[in-house]
Amino acid sequence: MRLTCPLCGDRDRREFTYYGAEDYLHRPAAEAPLADWDGYLHLRDNPAGETRDLWYHEAGCAQWLLVSRNTVTHAISKVELVAERKA
Amino acid sequence: MAELIAKGPFDGQEPVSAGGAVLAPLALGPIWSLALFPGQAKAAEQALKPLDLGFPAPGQWLQGKAGARLVWTGRDQAFLIGAEPLEALAGLAAITDQSDGWAALALKCSAAEAVLARLVPVDLRAQAFPPGRAIRAGLNHMPAVILRVESGFEILTFRSMARTAWHELAEVQAHLAARAALTV
Ligand SMILES: [Zn+2]
Repeated sequence: MRLTCPLCGDRDRREFTYYGAEDYLHRPAAEAPLADWDGYLHLRDNPAGETRDLWYHEAGCAQWLLVSRNTVTHAISKVELVAERKA
Repeated sequence: MAELIAKGPFDGQEPVSAGGAVLAPLALGPIWSLALFPGQAKAAEQALKPLDLGFPAPGQWLQGKAGARLVWTGRDQAFLIGAEPLEALAGLAAITDQSDGWAALALKCSAAEAVLARLVPVDLRAQAFPPGRAIRAGLNHMPAVILRVESGFEILTFRSMARTAWHELAEVQAHLAARAALTV
């Protein structure tokens, strides 16, 4: 598996650390309902198909990346910098 | 006051020539990290003009005046090597002296690419990584900044890992030499 880092280019999987689902980018406000916090902390989809998750380019540029990939075909369709995403 | 003696990270280390490559300690002079404040890229470009430098694109290093070099090291971050930072950069970037934090090595001659191919999982052959390119990548398990220069490669690693980096590289040179001896 290889990821194309927007800054570093095509790199081997062992340079990256997996963090988890994209959900971690959508932290509820402190006063949000408990159900929102429950969902944020514990409830994850397990899709057969397109999914988006966070990876850290540890041995490269040290940026957080948002990776769009397919769990069925293993195709990686997009890699974006979390720091430059439009909220 | 006590007279302190500055020592290089590879003090006393002679170059190693083996396996078709030469590994040697490298003295780079001052190293400054320039981390741009948000939105200051254009202003920093202007401020760097007296050194004949711009801000390097990802994966690039630039040669400026009087031995000054600017090496891309991350998002909106670069290392100024071989020069002191200009006053004009104040307020545009976080500037920190990193000179004593790094150890630098030169790796050259025909097998230099073959040596790095065993330690760095990135294509560093000349057609993919020509002079003027720079990357951050793992040198085996160590974080490193690798520059392609006309004479080969320059490798920067954390000073605390200097001896390990040297060992890794010299060991690969020995492996390549052993393999060459087998196939004679
Ligand atoms: Zn990267």
